Amino acid sequence: MDLSAEVRDGALIVRVLEDRIDAASAIGFKDRMREVIADPSPVVVLDLSRVSFLDSSGLGAVVAVMKLVAPRRLELAALSPTVAKVFRLTRMDSVFTIHADSP
Amino acid sequence: MTTETRLTIPGTAFDVHEALRGLTEGALSALAEAERTTAQIVLAEVLNNIVEHAYAGQGGRIDLTLSTGADGLRCVVTDCGVPMPSGRLPKGRSPRPGDLPQGGFGWFLIRSLARDLRYSREDGRNELSFRLPS
Repeated sequence: MDLSAEVRDGALIVRVLEDRIDAASAIGFKDRMREVIADPSPVVVLDLSRVSFLDSSGLGAVVAVMKLVAPRRLELAALSPTVAKVFRLTRMDSVFTIHADSP
Repeated sequence: MTTETRLTIPGTAFDVHEALRGLTEGALSALAEAERTTAQIVLAEVLNNIVEHAYAGQGGRIDLTLSTGADGLRCVVTDCGVPMPSGRLPKGRSPRPGDLPQGGFGWFLIRSLARDLRYSREDGRNELSFRLPS
């Protein structure tokens, strides 16, 4: 799973550079995130602007990453319509701060 | 007018990933955005359930038929894996967001979005059919 990371204004911004987080890529995503979040920034913003699709395995992986980041905060940004729909239907949009635009 | 798409997919997460990418650019590309989004979500959950549960990671053949019609997209999915537990479809209760669940969303999503869900087991084959309303 290809990710890029940069620290900006005290937040770690992680951009997912692939178009799907699904059953085939969820474990790779979680493993890469585990490495990237070793940076001590108090807030991690996950930029999903390039992700056009996320399934229930991908959603589970994002929740797992939220737990890895805790007690620091994981926030999400730039959800595509399909990704937003999965979060809305499962009501998992209620547990994340979601920014409309890429940081 | 009805158009039909038939596809055989090897039962692995990677092949399902590739098949869904192909369908999104192919047969599903003619649908309106909301309908295409729904189809991607439901098909991903149905196909990945087969890979993980019916075939339990051992692989196998999945056959998918999609027919577009006036009442939406009709889908029939068959596999030769193990039957559904108790021969019935899971209830798909919604996991509680506050519990920070990492799984259990699949059947909830399928049941939220698909209509006319039917499951049968005959001659060692599972058949699941459903309609995604237009």
